[in-house]
Amino acid sequence: MRGTLSDRMGAALLMAPLLLFLVLAYAWPFLGVVKWSFTLPTPGLGQYHALLTDDLVQSVFIRTLRIAAIVTVVSVTAAYAITVVWVRGSPVQRVLAEFCILVPFWISVLTRAFGWVALLSNRGLINTWLQSIGFISEPLTLVRNEFGVIVGMSHFLIPFAVFPLASAMRSLDERVLLAARGLGSSRMRTFWTVFVPMTRSGIIGSAMITFVFSLGFFVTPAILGGGRSVMIAELIYLRIFQSPDWGLGAAISVVLVVFVGALMALLFRYVKPKQLV
Amino acid sequence: MPTYRPGPVSLILAVLVALFLLMPLLAVIPVSLTPSRMLTMPTGELSLRHYRELIEDPRWLESILLSIRIGVVSSALSTVLALTFSLGVWMFQPRFTAALVGFVLLPMVVPPVVSAVTLYFLLTSVSGLTSFFGYDTWLGVAMAHSVMTVPFATVLILVSLSQLDRRIDLAARGLGASVWERATRVIMPNIKFGIVTAALLSFVLSWEEIGVTLFITSVNAITLPRLMWMGLRDNIDPAIAALSVILIVITVLVLAVRSVITRQKASP
Repeated sequence: MRGTLSDRMGAALLMAPLLLFLVLAYAWPFLGVVKWSFTLPTPGLGQYHALLTDDLVQSVFIRTLRIAAIVTVVSVTAAYAITVVWVRGSPVQRVLAEFCILVPFWISVLTRAFGWVALLSNRGLINTWLQSIGFISEPLTLVRNEFGVIVGMSHFLIPFAVFPLASAMRSLDERVLLAARGLGSSRMRTFWTVFVPMTRSGIIGSAMITFVFSLGFFVTPAILGGGRSVMIAELIYLRIFQSPDWGLGAAISVVLVVFVGALMALLFRYVKPKQLV
Repeated sequence: MPTYRPGPVSLILAVLVALFLLMPLLAVIPVSLTPSRMLTMPTGELSLRHYRELIEDPRWLESILLSIRIGVVSSALSTVLALTFSLGVWMFQPRFTAALVGFVLLPMVVPPVVSAVTLYFLLTSVSGLTSFFGYDTWLGVAMAHSVMTVPFATVLILVSLSQLDRRIDLAARGLGASVWERATRVIMPNIKFGIVTAALLSFVLSWEEIGVTLFITSVNAITLPRLMWMGLRDNIDPAIAALSVILIVITVLVLAVRSVITRQKASP
């Protein structure tokens, strides 16, 4: 029955609205952005040339890669620690770990960035407390710099890093761990030589997701970086709205998409999409 | 049979991570109670003035209503588009399904800032055509949010369809049901939980969307996150702390209710 004329008509009618919507509202305007990158302000490859030579753009690219790498290491490590308890803990521990993962996950990025401002700013919780116990006399600069950006982004990304890890840890056969212990391996050694290697696909998936997400991050760096540690996404925003240079903003967007696409292609060579959720 | 539980080192590390995750959410509570007009810790007396401000300042209420309107419209659009598309995929299994689904999921995987530039391009291009649709209009924002949320709605509906037994559809078909009857009277009642979840998720994602909204609004379509952003960037307004506390409390309550419901379902 499959493939008859009326079947093809039915499929086309049902699938067309969404496909048409996304072609008109997403694919077509994206091509427009690509066109901007080649035509504004003058036709040619000028904007891509500028990307390779402009010192400011270069330094933002390097800062973005550096922050993304640090955030990836911090998030995956922290996510690993809490996922172990979420997957293998006692029932009560599991409920508590799940609460600590899901509550931040569902709270908006703005509220979470604001929470860090409330903690880290000069008159925030941490500085007020450290001053009141006389540990420091001048407030520490914890926000409006790269430190604040890394803390805020890691906080945002930990729940996302948890899911691939949890999926890998759930599929691991617990008898292997019991066998290692039974044969006299210590807890530490079992963890490093059995548990970690067997969750490798989860670690790769989690690191890739975190890294890719960090590259295009906008809100958290803009709030916690205070304009001082600008990342790629904020640079695009500034090029489009503050120093109207749509061509350069568009060219950076195109490069970002190509880079992320290449990373995703690399990811899917090693990990199946199903292992990521 | 023994089970392999995390040891003391694991537990200590997990507690540290849990504290890190909860800390910024707890920090907004004292800030929201400060009597000062600036973002400070309360010293001595507490005040509810920032909560009162949320009710008395019409800007907050207006942006909340606008966000609800945009959320409802964009969630309805996303859910309808995702549902028809998913039904087409499931009922007819056409060729190129993987490629088409991949295309639909693009807004979910492309960096949000690139989607934002793309939607900015779209809305500024159509702005000249009409006054009610385009850059900085609520309909424009609702449409842009649909682009961003429709991949999530599609994934949820496709997942719930994949758990459906194909034989009930085959039976309906064998008994002579038309495509319309199969879709509305056989398939949809069986995935209604998935459809409702997709609509709710689309609403929540639109309600808190800021990355794209920043690019496509300026002075007219001020959604709640956009208003919060303005208050955060210029001179940090403690009313945002009060609002954050309310949003956090709502989130915790919803999650608590959900976990109670799923636990009841699991152990009847």
